Amino acid sequence: MKPTEDDSMTIEVLLVEDSPGDVRLTQEAFRDSGKPVRLHLASDGVEALAFLRCEGIYADAPRPDLILLDLNLPKMDGREVLKEIKKDRNLKTIPTIILTTSDDEVDVLISYQLQANCYLRKPAHWDAFDNLVRSINAFWLTRAKLPQQVQ
Amino acid sequence: MHRTVLLVEDSPGDVRLTQEAFHDADPSIELHVATDGVEAMAYLRREGIHAEAPRPDFILLDLNLPRMDGREVLAHIKENDDLKTIPTVILTTSDAEADIMTSYQLRANCYLSKPVQLEEFEGLVKSINDFWLTTVKLPLQAVGG
Repeated sequence: MKPTEDDSMTIEVLLVEDSPGDVRLTQEAFRDSGKPVRLHLASDGVEALAFLRCEGIYADAPRPDLILLDLNLPKMDGREVLKEIKKDRNLKTIPTIILTTSDDEVDVLISYQLQANCYLRKPAHWDAFDNLVRSINAFWLTRAKLPQQVQ
Repeated sequence: MHRTVLLVEDSPGDVRLTQEAFHDADPSIELHVATDGVEAMAYLRREGIHAEAPRPDFILLDLNLPRMDGREVLAHIKENDDLKTIPTVILTTSDAEADIMTSYQLRANCYLSKPVQLEEFEGLVKSINDFWLTTVKLPLQAVGG
């Protein structure tokens, strides 16, 4: 990971998402936001946990300030990833936002039971998707106080 | 959509500001107020005069409260299987890193610090309405629970 600009100002976001199209949309929407966001990508649940635990090729991975987590993922599903994050003493304080196409009330309830910080539904249209990423930016990266990195 | 919010706040001025800002943002929001931690828990557990209290869709919780402090209220909410799914957002004047960290450890859904300027306070309440009560998918009320 090569640091850019002032590292202390950079907001590290981990996006756990297997759809290349949604990754692209999220990247573009964050890029347009003008915030110093560094977006890291994990395309399945196993990779997400390896990143968070700094395992293997992720030995130097930064601790994310915010996690955006899809529910339906290859290898290890998002519910399982969420459970692991919230069980871990060091990781559990990282705000973890579910971002998924699922509108199923059971998924919503289970996510809150597993301590998701909030649940957002992915809209089907580009404009609405862009707006949603903007509102994540406006709320979580501007209004909310995120916990400081712990060493 | 009709939303019920529980505000746990002991400062009458902040209660008034929050009520007005929510009303301006969406007059259909039903805001209930508890002015200390004991009252907040009695409300959530429907004890005594709160027997008919509706389950809130969302909780805004101050940290420094009389009788039972907000950290303790938060711990009680998140230890209760029925209540823990209600998104609970800390809204406090404290900017201390220790309070932010403790709140996330106790499973606060989010931490916000109260701005001192009136206009900023109104802007914050509006953004809570825009994000938490409009954009976020909240859990359905548990039936019979």
